[in-house]
Amino acid sequence: MSLFLDALQWLAEPTHWSGANGIGTRLGEHVFITLLVVVVAAVIALPVGIAVGHTGRGRTLVVGVLGAARAVPTLGLLTLLGLWLGIGLKAPVIALIILAIPSLLAGAYAGVESANRTVVDAARAVGMSEGQLIRRVELALGAPVIIGGVRAAVLQVIATATLAAYTADVGLGRYLFAGLKTRDYAQMLAGAILVAVLAVLAEILLAMWQRRARRKASPAARERQDSELSGNGSQV
Amino acid sequence: MNWLSHSWPWIFELTARHLALSVPAIVLSVLIAVPLGRLAYRHPRAGGALLSAATLLYAIPALPLLIIIPALFGFSLRSPATIIVALTLYGIALMVRTAADAFNAVPAEVRQAAMAIGHSPRQTFWKVELPLAIPVLISGMRVVVVSTVGLVTIGALVGIASLGTLFTDGFQRGITASVLTGLIATVILALVLDGLVLLLGRIATPWASQHVAIKAQDTTREVSA
Repeated sequence: MSLFLDALQWLAEPTHWSGANGIGTRLGEHVFITLLVVVVAAVIALPVGIAVGHTGRGRTLVVGVLGAARAVPTLGLLTLLGLWLGIGLKAPVIALIILAIPSLLAGAYAGVESANRTVVDAARAVGMSEGQLIRRVELALGAPVIIGGVRAAVLQVIATATLAAYTADVGLGRYLFAGLKTRDYAQMLAGAILVAVLAVLAEILLAMWQRRARRKASPAARERQDSELSGNGSQV
Repeated sequence: MNWLSHSWPWIFELTARHLALSVPAIVLSVLIAVPLGRLAYRHPRAGGALLSAATLLYAIPALPLLIIIPALFGFSLRSPATIIVALTLYGIALMVRTAADAFNAVPAEVRQAAMAIGHSPRQTFWKVELPLAIPVLISGMRVVVVSTVGLVTIGALVGIASLGTLFTDGFQRGITASVLTGLIATVILALVLDGLVLLLGRIATPWASQHVAIKAQDTTREVSA
């Protein structure tokens, strides 16, 4: 337990919070990269996922690719891109975008697909255009599942961004690798605690968002099945 | 490719180590997650809390967990026990919900029928509920297998040797072939273990293939008629 006290002491030290290698900067980098990566990945993955879910075309291909993507070790992808693109931000950002896409894609197509077909047909029958159908019916009803995909992607990126510090000078992972190198267990453990707290907070916030969306999408079935898609995302 | 030609023995050794870390974690995850899932199914309130805890646990990234666990349990940082404990925790977190769903999916009538013909609760569990839950349990186990085999590689960052060592070593020495080999070997290992689990599922549910055979027979009969 004294190790944890050391780590807390390290965290309590004011000089560790400021400057270019301070917790403020590193935490900011971590959060910024996570948001940037998830937004870029969403711009790529969501339209494709929605199209697949709406038309049902390419479904087999997407399911196959997603299954294979899950087996790819994140550290392998990070180091491979690191070797190809050099140390710096480019390699980890591209790796993170690639890794965030499967969860988002799965959430999008499963979400759109999950919209009750009778409701979709009814909407079509009252004269909605395909665009209206997607926006007002399928996306509205599929929102909880789509958000589940976002939730899995965000957690995946927070976790992998920690590993990104292995090939680039970025994020909270720096404390882990710096501590490993100098055998400074307090710094390492402090960094680990910071990442864990960040991830758990993100998880709680996103779970709340998902629950709200679920209540909105199906007001009748309250409080059930809180987090179906989330837990089954991909861990790093 | 020169690297590959003289690295075979090392790759085999790392593959063996990779297996020695992932297989115990997978087996332990299943052995712990199935009873917990059954508990969650029997006691929904406690089960709900358990499932939420599992989700939160799964949210903690792997590398930080590999550093927190030794501090908690007093292992050394490079001990294989660290990664086995971490991966078992993730495996349980991944599988416990599926396990609860698996028991939920057993029809109540089947349970009642088992009791009606005189099965004790214990017999009902072993002879009826568990076998009927197997297909869903297998699907959960497959997710655990693929996830665990991938996650073992993270241990290389703290010095626990596995196929992940090919990533760290290849990166530091600038050998692309090493990283690529690690990637391909890890994916193949995941697919092979996944196939074995699938096979295990087939063997454990002989009636499923019989069912298919009967169905196939029916269709041929319909076609010929």
